[in-house]
Amino acid sequence: MDVPAHITGTVWKVEVSVGQKVAAGEVLVILESMKMEMPVEAPEAGTVKEIRCQPSQAVNEGDVLVVLAP
Amino acid sequence: MRRPTPPMFRSLLIANRGEIARRIGTVARSMGLRTIAVYSDADAQAPFVKEADQAVRLGPAPPKDSYLNVEALVRAAKESGAEAVHPGYGFVSESAEFARACTDAGVIFVGPPPEAMARMKDKAQARALAAGAGVPVVPGSDGVVADVRGASEAAERIGFPVLVKAAGGGGGIGMAVAASLPELEKAFRACADRARAAFGRDAVYLERYFPAPRHIEVQILGDQRGHLLHVLERECSVQRRHQKVVEEAGSPLFLGGSNSGLLQRMTGAALAAARTFGYANAGTVEFLVSDGEFFFIEMNARLQVEHPVTELTTGVDLIGWQLRIASGERLTLEQQSIRRDGHALEFRIYAEDPVRFLPSPGRLATFRPPEGEGVRVDAGYAEGDVVTPYYDPLLAKLIVRGKSRPEAIQRAEGALERFRIEGLKSNVPLHLRIVRDSAFQEGALDTHFLERHAKP
Repeated sequence: MDVPAHITGTVWKVEVSVGQKVAAGEVLVILESMKMEMPVEAPEAGTVKEIRCQPSQAVNEGDVLVVLAP
Repeated sequence: MRRPTPPMFRSLLIANRGEIARRIGTVARSMGLRTIAVYSDADAQAPFVKEADQAVRLGPAPPKDSYLNVEALVRAAKESGAEAVHPGYGFVSESAEFARACTDAGVIFVGPPPEAMARMKDKAQARALAAGAGVPVVPGSDGVVADVRGASEAAERIGFPVLVKAAGGGGGIGMAVAASLPELEKAFRACADRARAAFGRDAVYLERYFPAPRHIEVQILGDQRGHLLHVLERECSVQRRHQKVVEEAGSPLFLGGSNSGLLQRMTGAALAAARTFGYANAGTVEFLVSDGEFFFIEMNARLQVEHPVTELTTGVDLIGWQLRIASGERLTLEQQSIRRDGHALEFRIYAEDPVRFLPSPGRLATFRPPEGEGVRVDAGYAEGDVVTPYYDPLLAKLIVRGKSRPEAIQRAEGALERFRIEGLKSNVPLHLRIVRDSAFQEGALDTHFLERHAKP
């Protein structure tokens, strides 16, 4: 499952690593935009399969940040 | 004996961006000053840069590399031959370090003395100083409470409801409200547990909790010779995430001369606070107001975003006075000449989703601010500009004046309907819901207003 950025901004922190099991609602990545920190949460439980972003990278709304496997 | 007034400086560097850089530039040029803009790579084509007499690049887009970079700012001031620097609001405006760096470089800092800034910056110190000057502060436990018994004793003294807060950190973590002794016992244990988990120490303290306070602030203006006066109040209760959304002058609480005793006590307390901080130039003392009582929150050592509502209803040119006072001029206004005429509202037009308040950067494909009787728009952007994610989401301020509050609201509704923004999401629809809300029209405001009102 692809987890996209819900806002345009920059990646502040990546909170998970590949292979990590996450619960629904767990924070995967924290984006920063317009002086606000916006957490991107796991929509459902799974395992982190791929991380497609890194800190201070600029991302657009809709860009895939993390891929989860069920 | 009167000291002679030194001549006004001839050039001004504006250490800011967006609408406020533009506004300060306009005022300064109207006074005959040469203006120098500074910009990051993200703002190279912005209106405030194009309008300045000279522009100096600071660095890349992130604030730490540009508008917060003290070294680059001071270098820009020296290289451009600026005699003075206006910091605007945000960024380095409340940095005593920046003010000192300017002074050390022989450049006039338009703001209060650095020592006064340092006194106001530390919240605990500011609170103690204000209390010492007889200014009411939010009642609290004066330090941490050790156990449930200590908490109970403090709560009895403070009065319920109380807010139990973790001493070790911020962000509202562990905060709990208690309306009675049994609730306090539960809240104390819960807060101490969360505090231990989050910050590694379980120290908690208590503060009086206000369920529905108003945010009302007093504008202060003072010169370097100790002449200090207030320029009446503003109300800024309409907030989201502790950030102001709509501001007005005067406060609906004081319309038609009501609660005049309270207003008088507040302006008196604001002057006492400013005096105890050793304040000069323009500043603002913020208060919480609840059930006829008021409590000091903090003093802001700078121009406020919402200063235009004061300017439009009192005729006092705050930015013009800031520049004249910084150059050493006397403040020639007298307290008794400060009178309110009419009512003004300011709407912060943000690049954000009007329902969930999420940031919405993008390109302003259409940007057409409204015009009309009593309508002023201070905009940081022009049509076609790109709004980047690096800075705060303020696109423009819509400021509307009327003879009365109802007239100002009516004009605001028309202006908001005519405001055309396309290409990104703006909060204009939220503002329209606010001005059409009956509680807003009645002036029944508190800081939780947006949690209950103006819903889509």
